[in-house]
Amino acid sequence: MAAIANGRKSKRVGILALQGDFDAHAKAITRAGGTAVEVRTAEGLKSVDGLVIPGGESTTMLKLLNIMNLVEPLAEFARTKPVFGTCAGVILLANKVLSPSQQCFEVLDLTVERNAYGRQIDSRVANISPGPDFQNRAGVGDVEAVFIRAPIIRRVGPGVKVLAEYAGDPVLVEQGMHLAATFHPELTDDTRVHKLFLSKI
Amino acid sequence: MIFTEDFRLKVGLAEMLKGGVIMDVVNAEQAVIAEKAGACAVMALERVPSDIRKEGGVARMSPISKMREIMASVTIPVMAKARIGHFSEARILEAMGVDYIDESEVLTPADEEHHISKRDYKVPFVCGARNLGEALRRIAEGAAMIRTKGEAGSGNIVEAVRHMRTIVREMRQLTVLGKEELVHEAKILQAPLELVEWVAEHGKLPTPNFSAGGIATPADAALVMHLGAEAVFVGSGIFKSEDPAARARAIVMATTYYKDPHKLLEASEDLGGAMPGLEISKMAESELMQTRGW
Repeated sequence: MAAIANGRKSKRVGILALQGDFDAHAKAITRAGGTAVEVRTAEGLKSVDGLVIPGGESTTMLKLLNIMNLVEPLAEFARTKPVFGTCAGVILLANKVLSPSQQCFEVLDLTVERNAYGRQIDSRVANISPGPDFQNRAGVGDVEAVFIRAPIIRRVGPGVKVLAEYAGDPVLVEQGMHLAATFHPELTDDTRVHKLFLSKI
Repeated sequence: MIFTEDFRLKVGLAEMLKGGVIMDVVNAEQAVIAEKAGACAVMALERVPSDIRKEGGVARMSPISKMREIMASVTIPVMAKARIGHFSEARILEAMGVDYIDESEVLTPADEEHHISKRDYKVPFVCGARNLGEALRRIAEGAAMIRTKGEAGSGNIVEAVRHMRTIVREMRQLTVLGKEELVHEAKILQAPLELVEWVAEHGKLPTPNFSAGGIATPADAALVMHLGAEAVFVGSGIFKSEDPAARARAIVMATTYYKDPHKLLEASEDLGGAMPGLEISKMAESELMQTRGW
């Protein structure tokens, strides 16, 4: 059931729909020209070319991933296909999580601190200026970054490329085929970050 | 214009809670059980609704020490209830740093005409509603999340169903009306035209719409999700049941897999007894919580 866009097959992107703003991501992927498919099972993972892990509560997602035996299928998926995590998604993809320490998939060589800006009253919208690498590939101009009870990336490994920073901390990073943002590009109309992910599939 | 940057941030957190279960807790011990079971947030309150019914008296904001204890014990968002119209309780909750305030009919109202002017706060608010007009009035005041009221503490899903069906039907009806008709409809709904027009164009509320009031089983949670709820609040349903941890986990599963009957069956097995329920039609008007708020 591949959708056809501009005369060619559009990319099928799974949106991990256990909990969180998966609907906003599905709409963003559609706006960016991909075909979004909600994924809740190991079976669902088999039919997609890339996966978005949305924002939400990482503890809730972990609970469901464990109950539903999705931990190994998801780890296997990330070994061969691109994954894009935002906020809670970054926490799940990191190789070390702080405050508190919790299970993670070690897909990205990052140390991430949860809720590092504080509580909801410390959530914010900021204009960030991505580096030339992002602007050359995704389009020029600032990115409006919505941070909601966001994590902070405290350490990046040597294989990780930082595409954008906010207040001196990396907020948009890539490692090989994977992409991660501590903010929520799916909550704005700017499709550049999602298009960048589609270009990696 | 209500769609400011501030409003987007407030709605943003509600977006992150979608597909999840927000559980009522009265202390840290319950909060930890809720978080371990997969709750996406907890709601701090003095007593769960079924105890408020039983014991009577004035139900107020939760004691500060209890809320601090709850906030220190979990990493998920912590919401807390303030009385309708009690802007001073709300300011205290904001100063404490709770993540969301529920201006709730479950507590004894402090003002019988006015709700809190919620746009003036940095912290987001959720409010209950039984119909579209009520929902839009709350959004106009600044609420960034709506939850249908149902009948709290009843363990009976019938009112939650009625309210969700009502709001969804009223939104659908707006989508087929012309411009002049929307002006008339705004008058009937007693809601700002700007919001009525927004709903007519999009067929949904400008904020997430969750369900509350009477959810006691995994099947209840799946039912309201099918009817259009984007997440569920469970009050007495968890900690007034025989096995709170198992039931909490089962309702989390049912909310995610509401379209999958086999997973719902799996979630519904071996849960022990649900909370005892109340027949709404046998209750006196004065016992209803849903009629509080205007």
